[in-house]
Amino acid sequence: MQEVRSQGEFLPAMPTCWNEATKPHKFCPGCGHGLILKTIGELIDELEIRDRVVFGCDVGCSLLAWDFFACDSLQTHHGRVTPTMVGFKRANPDAICIAYMGDGGGYAIGSQHLFNASVRNDRITVVLCNNTNYGMTGGQMAPTTLPGQKTETTPYGRDVHVTGYPTKGPEMVATVTPEGAYVARGSMHNLRQLKSFIRKAIETQISGSGFGFVEALSSCPTNWRTNAKKTWEFVEKDMTAYFDVGEIKAPQAKEGV
Amino acid sequence: MAEEFVLEGEQRVFMTGNEVVAWAAVAAKADIMYGYPITPQNEIMHYWTRLAPKYNKRFLQTEDEISAGFTTLGGILAGSKAFTGTSGPGNVLMQESANMAEMMRIPMVCVIQQRGGPSTATVIYAQQETQLTCFGGNGEGHRVVYSTATHQDLFDYTIKAFNTAWTYRFPVFILGDGYQAKMREPLTMYDPESKGIKMVSAVPTLGQNVPGKQFKYLRNCLNTEEELHEVLLKHIADYENMAPQVIEYDARGCDDADIVIVSHGMVSRAALSAYHHFRAKGVKVGYFRPITVRPFPTEQLRTIADKTKKLLVAESAQGQLLKMVQAGIYGSTTEIETLLRPGLGITSEEIIDVVEQIKL
Amino acid sequence: MSMGQAVKIALAGEGGQGVQSIAEILAEAAHDLGKEALYIPNFGVEQRGGVSIAFVQISDQHIGAPKFITADILIPLSPRSIARTKQYAGKETVYVYDNSLIMPSEVNDQIVGIQYFDTVPPCPTDTAAQVVEDPKIPGETKTYNFAKEGPGVDPKQIPADVKKVVAIPANDIAKNEFHPRVFNIIILGAVIGATEILPLEIIKASLETKFEDKFKADPKLRELNFGALERGYQLVKKVM
Repeated sequence: MQEVRSQGEFLPAMPTCWNEATKPHKFCPGCGHGLILKTIGELIDELEIRDRVVFGCDVGCSLLAWDFFACDSLQTHHGRVTPTMVGFKRANPDAICIAYMGDGGGYAIGSQHLFNASVRNDRITVVLCNNTNYGMTGGQMAPTTLPGQKTETTPYGRDVHVTGYPTKGPEMVATVTPEGAYVARGSMHNLRQLKSFIRKAIETQISGSGFGFVEALSSCPTNWRTNAKKTWEFVEKDMTAYFDVGEIKAPQAKEGV
Repeated sequence: MAEEFVLEGEQRVFMTGNEVVAWAAVAAKADIMYGYPITPQNEIMHYWTRLAPKYNKRFLQTEDEISAGFTTLGGILAGSKAFTGTSGPGNVLMQESANMAEMMRIPMVCVIQQRGGPSTATVIYAQQETQLTCFGGNGEGHRVVYSTATHQDLFDYTIKAFNTAWTYRFPVFILGDGYQAKMREPLTMYDPESKGIKMVSAVPTLGQNVPGKQFKYLRNCLNTEEELHEVLLKHIADYENMAPQVIEYDARGCDDADIVIVSHGMVSRAALSAYHHFRAKGVKVGYFRPITVRPFPTEQLRTIADKTKKLLVAESAQGQLLKMVQAGIYGSTTEIETLLRPGLGITSEEIIDVVEQIKL
Repeated sequence: MSMGQAVKIALAGEGGQGVQSIAEILAEAAHDLGKEALYIPNFGVEQRGGVSIAFVQISDQHIGAPKFITADILIPLSPRSIARTKQYAGKETVYVYDNSLIMPSEVNDQIVGIQYFDTVPPCPTDTAAQVVEDPKIPGETKTYNFAKEGPGVDPKQIPADVKKVVAIPANDIAKNEFHPRVFNIIILGAVIGATEILPLEIIKASLETKFEDKFKADPKLRELNFGALERGYQLVKKVM
């Protein structure tokens, strides 16, 4: 990592794999994407995989990460990052394929792909940002919108009798993946822990053990219409009340190793 | 706005296109909307979900556009006036359900607010989904597509779409665009019945709890080439019989025109301004706007083409309307000039410039 | 200005300066008067940061394309908007701008976000526990204006080849005589004064309708807004 000193001032250290030309980044103030991407960037540096990385992103707010890293990057269609990365990895197993998406891209339009990649135990790493709404398009309901939560398409609050309960993605992935997969849910309010989860998910790909999946609880103050304090509370208290943070599945340690 | 709009009689209002669509669907007595977020049509859902409790309407946000299309078909088969809306890449996904609707003659109604293409391109505007909306399935494109230019059109034709669909049982699309979706302009909203427009009732196809009923077996998969051909001939005949009743167009000054500007949708507004500009100066320019781009008013255009020296096709695409014009007037020796601007809006000044440069 | 054709108005400013509000008021007022009106905001993926632009057309006849090449009236409200809207200035353009010596708060171009221009971001410093009442407008929450003193607009940046240039220190007037929040209403008054495209009374009626509930709750707001409108109008009339 670089530490730059200028006239006695310290500037914050940026991961080497950051694309400096596109910083400051394009996300809204208070958005979780910036923190989560920084975490991924640090890991790319620490694991020294920058030249092997192919970073795929969805549309929606994750689209804004298309030129975030100084790594090969690809923006696909909504929900299609997973199959694109799967196709790439099978053609070039040496690449480290990281699929980055939101709750819509993973649990709505992309759910069939996520489900099938899980079943196949595809050797890719998926990092999914859960901010309980479709941010880029203006705050519509997402699969992970909480019961009673107001969004643009649930203006009177999410009615679970009509729309069902929020999707618990990692739990689904853990159920259908075979042994060797790694599944966890972290949060932006505990970045150190989130980083350790994403690290393991990438290592699962590097070792060839299986599918790596991390959901990251994230924030969207713009569409939540919350100030800084309320935003943090919503992630730390309201979201964790519904979504369990922690490791859900980890590859068994092999005998004799 | 502090006013509340009530659908009684007529009311002059000033609102965005997406809001107009939501109100038109209420006026048409649609029951249920299925949809998925994609810019620039999201606000149709936003307004619909807000109006829903008051007007006893239902809504489901589905997991994607494929689902939105098929849930709409399901609702229609159950006897509800169901509809959906989408744009761009969502329109591509909508073709799967539109396909099934074509084959099984299900009266699907879908609003398309075109954005730039191909792929995710822009969320703003283009006329690059014209071919897709007319012919996007793996079939013959037995659909009706109304290309709207104003908010009044959006209101009138969304209502009409339900009637056309439920009368003739072909899928019907309202082809708008992102500019129409997001801009504000005036229109008159009305209750159709108060204007003598009778709304066709929705009838269920399956599932009525009626003892002793004749069960129905619906499928879209057939066994032999011959069987398919028979079925298609029937669809083709129905479509060709329907066409003259459904075709709409707007032609002005074409009887003595030296050059006729051919355009549809948003571009036709600029073309109309250009037409007025030229006629005010005594220059013999004509204006032709297909309102139904499918079925295309080929007869009418061919007649006009044969009387004039040149046609100018103007569109925000690289030849999607042009192809329809060329096919429509095949055999005519009239030359076609073009003003093709894929992904870009076209102003009346640009059309005027181009017309002035054309040597007749 | 010949009313045979549409009058084309382009407004631009930083997010929070109220550009879209003025545009909406103009368009709705024209509509209330029985004219044809069309208003479209600039929208797209990159809409939260950078300069916000609005296109309004008012006419007695049918209006063509929603966007246009040259504006009849061009109103850039911040130094950054001057450069961004140069392309819309023509020989017949009436150019109205703010020449207060301030630097309005600019949202970095790179801080973009969503495709939904209507979304207003929350004030980061406003917390439920600390709702501060605005000293000038009892009952209203104090909001924060991050404008600070600065060089203002560089007159050399103004396009040279336009019909008329009208500069008014709207920000300063708003801050000193009214309230920073009605800065855009002063500009609205100035636009009417410079062009008389609509009667002032119609604008007032439009404001009445738009802020009906707010005016009912606090009649002082009506005074504030109408005062600002008149001020902008008179200021320009005096100059012309």
